Amino acid sequence: MALHSRTTILSLPANATPAIEIVDLSLWYGKFQALHDVDLVIRSGIVTAMIGPSGCGKSTLLRSCNRINERLGYVTTTGTIKVLGHNIYDEEASRMQVRRQVGMVFQRPNPLPLSIRDNVLFGHRLHAVRRSSRADEEGMVEQALREVLLWDRVKDRLDRKATALSLEEQQKLCIARLLPTKPSVLLMDEPCSALDPEATSAVEDLIWDLRGNYSILIVTHNMAQARRASDECVFMLMGHVVEHTATERMFVAPKKQETSDYIEGRFG
Amino acid sequence: MTSTSPFAATAHEGTKLAVQQVARFGFLAITLLLLIPAIGILAVLVIEGAPGFSLEFFLDKPRDNGAAGGIATALVGTVWLTACALALALPLGVAAAIYLSEYARDNWLTRTINVAIVNLAGVPSIVHALFGVGAFVHFLHFGKSILAASCTLAVMTLPVVIVATRESMQAVPKAFREACWNMGATRWQTIWRIVLPNSGSGILTGLILVVCRAVGETAPIMFTGAVFLRQQFPSGIFDKTMALSLHLFTVSTQVTNVPRHVPFAVALTLILVVLSMNALAIWFRMRLRGRKKW
Repeated sequence: MALHSRTTILSLPANATPAIEIVDLSLWYGKFQALHDVDLVIRSGIVTAMIGPSGCGKSTLLRSCNRINERLGYVTTTGTIKVLGHNIYDEEASRMQVRRQVGMVFQRPNPLPLSIRDNVLFGHRLHAVRRSSRADEEGMVEQALREVLLWDRVKDRLDRKATALSLEEQQKLCIARLLPTKPSVLLMDEPCSALDPEATSAVEDLIWDLRGNYSILIVTHNMAQARRASDECVFMLMGHVVEHTATERMFVAPKKQETSDYIEGRFG
Repeated sequence: MTSTSPFAATAHEGTKLAVQQVARFGFLAITLLLLIPAIGILAVLVIEGAPGFSLEFFLDKPRDNGAAGGIATALVGTVWLTACALALALPLGVAAAIYLSEYARDNWLTRTINVAIVNLAGVPSIVHALFGVGAFVHFLHFGKSILAASCTLAVMTLPVVIVATRESMQAVPKAFREACWNMGATRWQTIWRIVLPNSGSGILTGLILVVCRAVGETAPIMFTGAVFLRQQFPSGIFDKTMALSLHLFTVSTQVTNVPRHVPFAVALTLILVVLSMNALAIWFRMRLRGRKKW
């Protein structure tokens, strides 16, 4: 495990445009309010973990960041979410473009029932005005698979069904297929909870590798994971953001009583 | 002193087991009983009808009101009717299924449509026939024609196409749709690239059901486009035509001095067409299912 490398602090200019800037966000599922006036700034190029008990709104918050929540139809959202300085809830903003630039990785790897190659190219093809040349596509596939450390393992079987890969490989592929559309933010909803410990460690290493090139917001139930694989940590409770600090500080010296109670396992 | 095992069966349990055995073999016997008509029909048709089979039987046009000659015009007519019904019912049915499965929200309109589909499936075919006469023959001025008959057959088979297609679309895992949407796919892109290619078996089932119904039904076509006897092959969708099912009705009940084996040979042809379509469908579906892995 590359635990040691994870202590490196990325030196980023403090005044860089934040990856995500959430201002006064409230969200209702029908009449139930799931998020209460959330204000949150996610710094660019780092891994930010969101922790909190089930139902605290962390997945909801994540799903608001690419507007996939709206699919449900009975969702009301107020407030703004800016990605790289632009409000994604703006009238001009297209949901398709938002989702292209803010990728999402799910709890259960969900590769499409296509070949490995077609999976990687799927997102790109959705948005391409005309089909890219075969050479361009091959280049994109190789680059994306190299970025997720999968290239050497699958380069000889790109035409095989992606659904036949191991879970770890599937999850890496699900990350790889987001990359050709050049997203700035990757959202991950408990990306390791369906994986065994070894695969978890491999995917965590990968996430850590991607940091710097992408801003990563990751929801996790696993506090040890948040602790070892994130730069900053957000603790949520009942639809509120309770605390948001550097990860090592949150786990060593939390400011709020609720945070320390949760971290020490007194509830949740 | 012999100590009995604490797990030994009690007398009461013996009775329970006996009842269970009776139930098991009773239900098996009833199930086997069902095979009798199925095998019986096929056996009678083969024994009585097979002697009537010959190359001329399939290639010759009927003569002497069907008492002599073959069934060529009826066979070709059935192919026309079936193909046209399919061309109408399949695209309409698949389109409706796409809407209901992928777009429709659960509201009163959707519920009304679903009730309508179930009811449409339950309408007797003779009622469809009357509707066909009113709507297609007279109101739309198709006249008594292949077009009017096919439209009637299409209306009759639409519910099965819709239900079969919708169900196979629903069987495509939701996770695939979420993956697409989260990459910025529109609903249509999701349907076209992922959902439809993976619901082929349902669409195929719909297709086969249309074919089997269209080949076999008599009532809906006898008022709308099928005729007792016609020596010419149809040359277009506005022609009248003969059809196998109606021909069977004719030679069994309407014409005297028909040789005994003729109706059976026609019926056997009808059954063979349907059975071979079914076999084809089963084979196709097994192939499609073999390729699926999720």
